[in-house]
Amino acid sequence: MSAPLLSARDVTRRFGGRIACRDVSFDLWPGEVLGIVGESGSGKTTLLNCLAGRLLPDGGSVAYETKSAGTVDVHRLSEARRRLLARTEWGFVNQDAREGLRMGVSAGANIGERLMAVGARHYGEIRGQAADWMARVEIDADRLDDRPTSFSGGMRQRLQIARNLVSNPRLVFMDEPTGGLDVSVQARILDLLRGLVEGLHLSAVLVTHDLGVARLLTHRLMVMQGGTVVEQGLTDQVLDDPQHAYTQMLVASILPV
Amino acid sequence: MYVAVKGGETAIAHSLDLVADKRRGDRDVPEVSLEQIDQQLGLAVDRVMTEGSCYDRNLAALAIKQARGDLIEAIFLLRAYRTTLPRFGASEPLDTSRMVAQRRISSTFKDVPGGQVLGPTYDYTHRLLDFSLAASGERPVAPTAPASADIALPRVGDILQRDGLLEPPPPPADVDASDLTREPLVLPASRPLRLQNLARGDEGFLLALGYSTQRGYGNNHPFVGEIRYGHVPVSFVPEELGFAIEIGEIEVTECDMVNQFAGSHDVPPQFTRGYGLAFGHAERKAMAMALVDRALRADELGEAATSPAQDEEFVLAHSDNVEGSGFVQHLKLPHYVDFQSELVVVRMLRAEVEKRRAQTALSQAAE
Amino acid sequence: MPDTIPRPDINPTDSTSQDGAYNYAYLDEQTKRMIRRAILKAVAVPGYQVPFGGREMPLPYGWGTGGIQVTAAIIGREDTLKVIDQGADDTTNAVSIRRFFATVAQVATTTHTEEATIIQTRHRVPETPLTDGQILVFQVPIPEPLRMLEPRETETRTLHALSEYGVMQVSLYESIARHGRIAKTYNYPVMVNGRYIMSPSPIPKFDNPKLDRSAALQLYGAGREKRIYAVPPHTSVKSLDFDDHPFEIETWTECCALCGSTESFLDEMIVDDAGKRLFVCSDTDYCESRR
Repeated sequence: MSAPLLSARDVTRRFGGRIACRDVSFDLWPGEVLGIVGESGSGKTTLLNCLAGRLLPDGGSVAYETKSAGTVDVHRLSEARRRLLARTEWGFVNQDAREGLRMGVSAGANIGERLMAVGARHYGEIRGQAADWMARVEIDADRLDDRPTSFSGGMRQRLQIARNLVSNPRLVFMDEPTGGLDVSVQARILDLLRGLVEGLHLSAVLVTHDLGVARLLTHRLMVMQGGTVVEQGLTDQVLDDPQHAYTQMLVASILPV
Repeated sequence: MYVAVKGGETAIAHSLDLVADKRRGDRDVPEVSLEQIDQQLGLAVDRVMTEGSCYDRNLAALAIKQARGDLIEAIFLLRAYRTTLPRFGASEPLDTSRMVAQRRISSTFKDVPGGQVLGPTYDYTHRLLDFSLAASGERPVAPTAPASADIALPRVGDILQRDGLLEPPPPPADVDASDLTREPLVLPASRPLRLQNLARGDEGFLLALGYSTQRGYGNNHPFVGEIRYGHVPVSFVPEELGFAIEIGEIEVTECDMVNQFAGSHDVPPQFTRGYGLAFGHAERKAMAMALVDRALRADELGEAATSPAQDEEFVLAHSDNVEGSGFVQHLKLPHYVDFQSELVVVRMLRAEVEKRRAQTALSQAAE
Repeated sequence: MPDTIPRPDINPTDSTSQDGAYNYAYLDEQTKRMIRRAILKAVAVPGYQVPFGGREMPLPYGWGTGGIQVTAAIIGREDTLKVIDQGADDTTNAVSIRRFFATVAQVATTTHTEEATIIQTRHRVPETPLTDGQILVFQVPIPEPLRMLEPRETETRTLHALSEYGVMQVSLYESIARHGRIAKTYNYPVMVNGRYIMSPSPIPKFDNPKLDRSAALQLYGAGREKRIYAVPPHTSVKSLDFDDHPFEIETWTECCALCGSTESFLDEMIVDDAGKRLFVCSDTDYCESRR
């Protein structure tokens, strides 16, 4: 009987007098992609940061089932263990790729870093694996030694994805991974993500304001408004048959293409 | 035939003679005395005492004389001397409400209890070079009302605080007695430690940082709540006695800045504080220090810390002009071994580029 | 806590400098004790940077105040002191520091490596192998090997504590990607005792192998940054590299123009207007002893 990979119970976080998210609970199972949708200001990024151990919630807890050390309370881990987890079993894809990359070193170094951090010491092999991943995220191989400063937004995002996936993580957090990109670039990256997530049996928590992205990538969906989850369920059900007035409004406001 | 050059010691000895000679200058010109420096260049003495972390006008004047007026060099001299002094304890915190003030102003209110005491300052002068100073001659002594500790000068801060408008100062129990002149700086720093660092920090550096906050790099809407300058008694509790005795008095300049109001879920909005203190009469230093102190409280007050003046590591690590001067000027020391290594690599890389070019040219020619 | 232990009266037999105003070796006994405690901690945890309450010294920061404070804390009347800068005994900095200790510690000085019990050095390790009982005191400008990769002290302290050295390996990878080799030639980072990455100070990488399992005690002092670290005798000091790009030292095709050595670090001298060059041993004592 397998346990959920990630469990949130009553996660609550305030900023001064303002509630950012309140009493959020869910279970995430291996191989599942959970989407969190809502407008900006709905609290979804704050929630994501709480789940990923980057923000300390004011209330509630987050539990993670590790590969070989049982279940841990994410916020009661020592900083050392949390940082190790973030580099090995987890990934975090930022909306702005610059925050998830070292802009001053080459693409190869960016991808190879997690390998080097856990002891890889053969330059040729590290470079080979980095080149492999460049291909898998569809960046031209001869850009391996170029720095991300010379990359387009879409390429940077691909690089950030590769940098995260090279360590074979089990759980990836994504914050608007295609936000700010051209529509056509978005589509290709979404395709890439879908392929990788399915091919690698990744679990993911994905924050987005774009219902189309949610439809394409997620199995289940949580709809947030003003810090609370107003509706959740299977993605297709929530989008095709929204129950809550806010969800209905969101769905209705998608421009028909 | 190359012969290794010797005689470094002799060259140094000559250099020392030269600098001593230069320091004295033209022997027909009267030698400047320490009293003259203390009296007529007193603001320089104030600065050297403050950044030298040592209140002794005579020693500071001597340092200035020895350094030919280079104040950072003088500060270095005074600090090096301070290293050799025995420490027999720490004084009680200065109680500036007991100050006999020569000058006390506030910008937050037009008039305050005790009045706006203008005192001696360049603030109201016109910056016109006074050529009459080129000749020496007697000046009339300015008439003064007797400065007295009895004339009450209640703090503007206390008045605002009474109404809950201004945050209270941190309680005394929190005061951290760790001493930056004896222990290394540990980051993140407590506010008392930051204030120590700023008090002995370079006036120019703090001035620039304070100025930057006013121009938008972390603006916190400052007002001068109060500046006061005058004599304060220094109290000390000797172990043998077990009670406080006054061991003397010093001149200080104190600045209370009143800044943008904060407030949280549980605490209603109030004005916040920035604090500056310097030896002698040093308003620019005390004000700059107060601006930077407030800027460095960004994290504590829930503000986004985005500008250099709000970056604790940046500010505290680079405020010390003796450290800065040393490291910047150490580049004059021989570095030829390190440079040699760099030369080797650059030459090697250039050779490789040439080789590649030659090979490319060859293979192109072959086609 | 305020220091309320009264400083002992300067014992006239201890105050040995000419003008009688300073304690032995300039620093007061409490300060020396504080520095020695830091040194002991440093020796107990090889390669770990121990913060210490550095004092202003009569020489400027950047001129070796860290090394001077370490030497002042350990030097005694029976010691023999050698001071070198860039390998030479007669460069201005070496002369200045040697004179300082001759005055305030009334100690014998030498230019001969084998005769010294304490060797204070800026940016070189002597060519002559050091022996049991010798102490090598390094002057260190930037003690933090990760500083240029991560400017924040709070972060580098965490990286050392957690052994998170990926960023250092990344910088070496990047060097190979850009230059085809690890292009770092001095201040080349090392792993000490298999645990801490350390900066060996700006010695040329040529000197790094001398640090590995040296019979001497290595003490490193950074005055401005206020850190002391150490490598006890016979400790492993490994220069970082990749399996397929192993660490290499510099070599010359020339030999020393004065003594003919092919094994020492050579300084390049430009001897005339036409740019003619000669190569001479950087270690002046080593060179003289061969002539």
